Amino acid sequence: MQLYRAHMLVCAGTGCTSSNSTKIMEEMENLLSSNKLDNEVKIVKTGCFGLCAEGPIVVVYPEGAMYTRVSIDDAKEIVEEHLLKGRIVKRLLAGEKEAEDISKSLDGVEFFKRQTRIALRNCGRINPENIDEYIAFDGYKALEKVLTEMTPEAVIDTMKKSGLRGRGGGGFPTGIKWDFAAKQVSDQKYVCCNADEGDPGAFMDRSVLEGDPHSVIEAMSIAGFAIGATEGFIYVRAEYPIAVKRLQLAIEQAKEYGLLGDNILGTGFKFDLEIRLGAGAFVCGEETALMTSIEGYRGEPRPRPPFPAVKGLWQKPTILNNVETYANVPVIILQGADWFSGIGTEKSKGTKVFALGGKINNTGLVEVPMGTTLREVVYDIGGGIPNGKRFKAAQTGGPSGGCIPTSHLDTPIDYDSLIAIGSMMGSGGLIVMDEDNCMVDIARFFLEFTVDESCGKCPPCRIGTKRMLEILERITTGKGETGDIDKLELLAKNIKASALCGLGQTAPNPVLSTLRYFRDEYEAHVLDKKCPAGVCKSMLQYTIDASKCKSCGLCTKVCPMSCIIGEKKVPYVIDQAKCAKCGACMEKCPFKAISKV
Amino acid sequence: MKSIAELDEIRKKTQEQISLRSNTDGIRVIVGMATCGIAAGARPVMKAFMEEISKRNLQNVTVSMTGCVGVCRLEPVVEIMEKDGSRVTYVKMTAEKAARVVAEHIVNGKVCIDMTIGAAEEKK
Repeated sequence: MQLYRAHMLVCAGTGCTSSNSTKIMEEMENLLSSNKLDNEVKIVKTGCFGLCAEGPIVVVYPEGAMYTRVSIDDAKEIVEEHLLKGRIVKRLLAGEKEAEDISKSLDGVEFFKRQTRIALRNCGRINPENIDEYIAFDGYKALEKVLTEMTPEAVIDTMKKSGLRGRGGGGFPTGIKWDFAAKQVSDQKYVCCNADEGDPGAFMDRSVLEGDPHSVIEAMSIAGFAIGATEGFIYVRAEYPIAVKRLQLAIEQAKEYGLLGDNILGTGFKFDLEIRLGAGAFVCGEETALMTSIEGYRGEPRPRPPFPAVKGLWQKPTILNNVETYANVPVIILQGADWFSGIGTEKSKGTKVFALGGKINNTGLVEVPMGTTLREVVYDIGGGIPNGKRFKAAQTGGPSGGCIPTSHLDTPIDYDSLIAIGSMMGSGGLIVMDEDNCMVDIARFFLEFTVDESCGKCPPCRIGTKRMLEILERITTGKGETGDIDKLELLAKNIKASALCGLGQTAPNPVLSTLRYFRDEYEAHVLDKKCPAGVCKSMLQYTIDASKCKSCGLCTKVCPMSCIIGEKKVPYVIDQAKCAKCGACMEKCPFKAISKV
Repeated sequence: MKSIAELDEIRKKTQEQISLRSNTDGIRVIVGMATCGIAAGARPVMKAFMEEISKRNLQNVTVSMTGCVGVCRLEPVVEIMEKDGSRVTYVKMTAEKAARVVAEHIVNGKVCIDMTIGAAEEKK
């Protein structure tokens, strides 16, 4: 057995791959062999660390030194200094500004210190393409325990007691869902995994599949045992090529080891998995539409009941859980329901993974216990808002969710508290907005998304959301009329009450929640024809302050419309009729004489 | 098809290979690998440590490197750091001495006094 003195983990998640981590890995390999270190240092490809804003990320063990924003040129320094001479390259360490300490390691970084990683336990720790590494970190031990020591009833009981709720957004208790399906009598049952992650800015599921695919496979087998199913499907978007590839590989490896297939671990239990690729329709993340799509039909939802646990895939009892939900299952089985329910709040147990995006310093993936406040997530872990701007709101739950304003920054995040303040947990996308974001424009953006993604089956969603979007477009272009806001509210409430599936029922949420907290912004747009944040172009004007203008002429050079007129010693003027409102002149002006109103 | 016993075997074997990623509480062998250390022959010393540890299948022992501690005349310098953070510093190391340190100090917990920095200083 080859023993290595150091392991170099290179992130191969989508984020770091897009910033060249594959090339960095090749370069490292070349450098190791040219320095004759290839027998001492092992390079390991791993999943997402979560600190995507600082990628590409390379971690060197045993020191646990985390290098960020590594370039191909840095590879040489890391190999020659750290691996050859044992000197940590301080300049590339995470959080080097705050720390003088050379032992700055993964656990020392503020970003990781405050997290509790359960679903992401193996992401950034193991090589996802090597089943042995998953097994080494207690992988497939939960399946072993379930098959040899537990009855299906005991498994369901553990899941119920753990208090685990669906991480896809709805928050339905997982154990109860499994129990429904287990109680059905049928010749065939199915276990499905929803990996059709579609919310803009959300990538929790992708990271789990890329970084730890075996945890989902193991959990689905456990679910199969619990409800009495022998077949399962993972429905994953085709837009996640790395996730699909690793998942395929993981399934092959599991089959090779006999962890999928007939007579698993010699216990007589049979379970098999297949992957189904989604073509990118948002509605296919809705459970009934997803199953219709697996069956080979056009992905359209159908009314419930009957619920999938009674009549799902091909009319057979089916359970459908989200990727993150499954990733929690093996740990719950091994550590016990009491351990899991000890984390989180009274009604929301465990942790939740959030994808931080928007106006935040540490864009990336974090996992925190339920009940952590938004303030902790945004400021302590997320590193706050860039450029000293003020926090305005955070959007959770994507197009189905709502905004959380400053006044609710200290609300503990769990399923119920978010619903109480008019938002929802959703799948875990968390988009931060600062003072430069227009809330009406944000609502318009999300509605545009749902109009685009509506499957068209039911009129409230097909026609209603379209009408709402038209009103919002009117408001954001300065053509809003008195009464528009009331019309919006009425339409929103009616769509919520009458749409067929979750997509339509939640589509008005971004409008309702922005109306609830930022009604004054809507009113400013409609009544004063002003956009307070200065985003809606048709309502703003760039003007030159004559007293500050030194007639240098720089603005005329950058203006793409050539609509700034002036001459030496006379202040310049913008021709408002021609101005495209690009803002280039304002950026260029050395005297800050140009402002937008 | 793998049996549960075989799975356990894989688990154990792989754990040994990847233990250095999770374990910070074991014994650490720290080899001085600055220019002075390398010139005095630190690389074969480090290799000897790795071979011995691998041969004896020792877990909870990691080998890492460090820079110059300032006693260049006594290089190669190797420090053994215990779980509690206490250190023993060995000087003028060779591959043969490395094997002895593994056998006596790391495995049996008996410090090889004659090779420590204290012994070397006394001789002067």
